[in-house]
Amino acid sequence: MTPDMSNKIIYLDNNATSPLDPRVLDAMMPFLTEKYGNAASRSHQYGWDADEAVQKAREQVAALLGASPKEIIFTSGATESDNLAVKGAVEMLADKGRHVITCATEHKAIIDTCKYLESKGVADITFLAPDKFGRVSAKQVEEAIRDDTILITLMAANNEIGSLHPIAEIGKLAREKGIWFHSDATQAVGKVPFDVNEMQVDMVSLSAHKIYGPKGVGALYVRRRSPRVRLTPTMHGGGHERGMRSGTLNVPGIVGLGEACQLCKDEFESEAARELVLRNRLEEKITSELDHVELNGDPEFRLPGTVNLSFAYVEGESLIMGVPEVAVSSGSACTSASLEPSYVLRALGVGDELAHSSIRFSIGRFTTEDDVDRAAETIIKTVKRLREMSPLYEMVQEGIDLSSVQWGAEH
Amino acid sequence: MAYSDKVLDHYEHPRNVGSLDKNDKDVGTGVVGAPECGDVMKLQIKVSDDGVIEDAKFKTFGCGSAIASSSLATEWVKGKTVDEALEIRNTDIVNELSLPPVKIHCSVLAEDAIRAALNDYRSKNDDAPADQGAEQGDAAAAHETVEPESKA
Repeated sequence: MTPDMSNKIIYLDNNATSPLDPRVLDAMMPFLTEKYGNAASRSHQYGWDADEAVQKAREQVAALLGASPKEIIFTSGATESDNLAVKGAVEMLADKGRHVITCATEHKAIIDTCKYLESKGVADITFLAPDKFGRVSAKQVEEAIRDDTILITLMAANNEIGSLHPIAEIGKLAREKGIWFHSDATQAVGKVPFDVNEMQVDMVSLSAHKIYGPKGVGALYVRRRSPRVRLTPTMHGGGHERGMRSGTLNVPGIVGLGEACQLCKDEFESEAARELVLRNRLEEKITSELDHVELNGDPEFRLPGTVNLSFAYVEGESLIMGVPEVAVSSGSACTSASLEPSYVLRALGVGDELAHSSIRFSIGRFTTEDDVDRAAETIIKTVKRLREMSPLYEMVQEGIDLSSVQWGAEH
Repeated sequence: MAYSDKVLDHYEHPRNVGSLDKNDKDVGTGVVGAPECGDVMKLQIKVSDDGVIEDAKFKTFGCGSAIASSSLATEWVKGKTVDEALEIRNTDIVNELSLPPVKIHCSVLAEDAIRAALNDYRSKNDDAPADQGAEQGDAAAAHETVEPESKA
């Protein structure tokens, strides 16, 4: 049963992080070696080179989003961008209102920030409940709007289940109502079309390490006109990035982010199509061989490379343990530090049991067909083996309706 | 997650996976945990005429540590009397498998499973604490009629 570990691990966890594209590394290398200047050093070549590289990266990021380079703020990642967007807007607009609309399935960078502001008494937060596919509707958002609503923040694509909110529709609504609209697009950029004007978004967070760039760098798009978004900074100290984010720029990281964005823009159509084919292949192989498999998320409106499946009657961590040659993640409580099952799956109302049985596969740029085939094979084999060991599967085979059973949870 | 070698061993080569006939008078069945918690263990014992657990089987829905804990439990109860099996503590399981703190609850559930199986067996055979050796002040003893081995 011990698999052959002489093969490299098949990496299907690209939504957690992605490998550095060699081309991105190439672009970064000079700035990790001989071009080490501080981009803020105005008086010598080292500084000018760094500044030029940063400027180029700004253009590359902006081009991916359909924005102006002047609207790109560099940060340490999407978490920081989310913090800046939400805290910055709430504080800046304090005289105008205090209500923020978001969703229960957002990334913790949004949820925890919102909860923090709520606990400080500076904001009222509405956490919209998604439908069972993980989407909210523009109508839901509209019904939640109050006179004092100042910000709507909704992720473009969910990291766990891949579901896509109708951002353009909500953007239109937000624009009509004169409410700033932020979208955490970390999982969406480079995978689905995302143009800030088509989407009518006013702020966008993104992160390099989800798009084959380095960890520790991201960006926040901040609209300059109609509306003009201004934010109270979270980082003070020198006034960099138009006063919105102080701190010496991470030049190599920024160069990497820029290059990553460029590659996304150039290759996104063929890449998304390729990932979709592989994703469907993985799904079909698995569902043709196994029964009692549920898809978590929207079958249609989701990222091309993401598939989150629940394998009923088998627990997620035990499944992962049986496939050490495949890197995936699970919504099971056993795999989380807090011993809580995935809050995203909970919000969908799938029931904790399916959360405990869930596995997320996220295909990426470097995933091959062979990877998918081998992963499917080993998953199928392990699920079958674990079902043989599962008292729940046994009961179901005997015709027992599990929902009618009185469980004695003794701990 | 770093698993101990013993947990991995039990996971890859689980002992005594399977089922006994729960309708058999000699079989005690314990089902503990709940699907919403991510842990369900079914542990069964078969007790011989002389009160010794001669066979044990388990099935578990749960993580590797839960599977290992219940697999180990079936190994340990075999060859013990019902009373001896009651002495198995979750801490013994934790030590044997080197379970980290976050997985201790798996061992607790395994202990619960053993007890549930033993209690089930007892409730099916409550007219016969016929084990040779110490009974634990079982109430049934007070009303015991003199009978030969009462297990068919």
